[in-house]
Amino acid sequence: MVHSVKTDSTDEKALLKGLALNDRKSVETIYKLFYNMVQTLIINNNGSADDARDIFQETVIVLYEKAKSGSFELNCQLKTYVYSVSRRLWLKKLQQQQKYLPNVIGLEETVPVEDEIESHNQLNSEFQMMDKALLHLGEPCRSLIEAFYLQKRSMTDIAGHFGYTNADNAKNQKYKCLMRLRKLFFAELKNNDV
Amino acid sequence: MQDVQLLDAIERFLRGEMSPEELASFEQLRKNDPEVDEKVVEHTMFLQQMDQFSEWKTFKSTLHDVHNQLLDSGDITEEAPKATVIQLWRKYKRVMAVAASIAGITTLLIASMATYYAQKKTGADIERLRKEYKQEIAKKTNEVFNKVQDRITKAPENTPVKFGGSGFLVDGKGIIVTNAHVVNGATTIVVQNCKGQEFRSRIIYSNTETDMAFLKIDDADFRSIGPLPYGIRKGSTDLGEPLFTLGYPREEIVYNEGYMSAKTGNNGDTLSFQIGVSANPGNSGGPVFNNKGEVIGIINARQKAAEGVVFAISSKNIFRSLEEIKKDTNFQNIRLTMNSSIRNMDRVQQIKKIEDAVFMVKSY
Repeated sequence: MVHSVKTDSTDEKALLKGLALNDRKSVETIYKLFYNMVQTLIINNNGSADDARDIFQETVIVLYEKAKSGSFELNCQLKTYVYSVSRRLWLKKLQQQQKYLPNVIGLEETVPVEDEIESHNQLNSEFQMMDKALLHLGEPCRSLIEAFYLQKRSMTDIAGHFGYTNADNAKNQKYKCLMRLRKLFFAELKNNDV
Repeated sequence: MQDVQLLDAIERFLRGEMSPEELASFEQLRKNDPEVDEKVVEHTMFLQQMDQFSEWKTFKSTLHDVHNQLLDSGDITEEAPKATVIQLWRKYKRVMAVAASIAGITTLLIASMATYYAQKKTGADIERLRKEYKQEIAKKTNEVFNKVQDRITKAPENTPVKFGGSGFLVDGKGIIVTNAHVVNGATTIVVQNCKGQEFRSRIIYSNTETDMAFLKIDDADFRSIGPLPYGIRKGSTDLGEPLFTLGYPREEIVYNEGYMSAKTGNNGDTLSFQIGVSANPGNSGGPVFNNKGEVIGIINARQKAAEGVVFAISSKNIFRSLEEIKKDTNFQNIRLTMNSSIRNMDRVQQIKKIEDAVFMVKSY
């Protein structure tokens, strides 16, 4: 299927706004517009379909982070931006895998995106630390924290689900867990700084 | 306890659930006690972090869903575009023909050189780490085992164990990788897990050039252990990376740790690498893991003259051998695990997960 849909800049702005709000339609549109382009780039340069999926999803996350920050000014076509980010991410990955790379075949023009990738990596590593801290927290703390802070369920609902006699009990338990999670997370943060 | 109350107060403050009086006294408390104020700031930041984390997670799952949905509806396809390759082929047909013939000649040359040198290579300076069984000892340990556990032995009667090594599962359904020199020349092969249970196995693939062998457990008592905790590493490993080994130099599983010392093996062999770890007869065929719990190699020999110079076959060879197996035999459904689920665990936990998948290989 060929998507030669032309987007003008107002469309692109609306798309980014939708993306920032985690709107499924916007994500779909971005997928339809750019996935094949990124896939071609990756596959022509030593990658597999799985690599293409990873790189594309990471690119969309970079876009999402930028869109959410609110200070995003797109100085080029969205297509060029997406292409540049994917290309940079893929080059980095190839470098990490120590694969020999003659030069990336691709006819699209690019714009510098180093700063974005830098801040994305920073965020990414923080999230991974949080993931790790949650993993180390153990059950039932982990489910409790996830239910309240990630799924945003109400305390009474959680108390019922986890078998606490009342919401206050569950709340106390939650705070204890939260304190442990904080300790784990900050320890992880310190570890990574050194 | 006080901390808990403070946390509760902070969260209610941030959500704007405080009554005006409470809010006023809370603000007063912050002003008077800098320690409390610091805690409020710190916790606010932490909650923001949690919020971002939660958004990030939801977004990731949206991405995942959309990907699968579009794949199902056919809006995107996961395929290698071939158009450019065909174009290139037409353009460079002649050049490629020349290149191919040069490549052919070079291959022949290199192959003949390789066989010429390879014959010299298996000198006496390295020692294969399979364990030769002294009959009395083997008999004694078996007697002890039989008495204590009253276990069912799968060994053929009246045949002594010729030699033994280690091996490990690459597919939970009972596919074991070990060294070819551990199983070559055996009439019967029995593998034993860390709990002492024995299973009969047979060789499905063995290659003396690469010293790789694949066994299949053919025993009604064997139960699939499900997905393996560790993955097999496809890429290479860096110098100095810490690693650890599990194997059976004794009748019991033994753990050891070391580091990656050189990227090539004996006499510059690029299919293997050198590690600094102590290994003994019986370690042959045992897995070498990195910190993440990924298999990076298979121990196969040590230098006789030096201490702590051990060679391991790179895990890439597992993939290569598997391709050959798939080509030549009907074992089409062997699946290697790529991701290790124990990457974030500490060592003791990792070993607990791994040890069930490491076997002693005994050849009769």
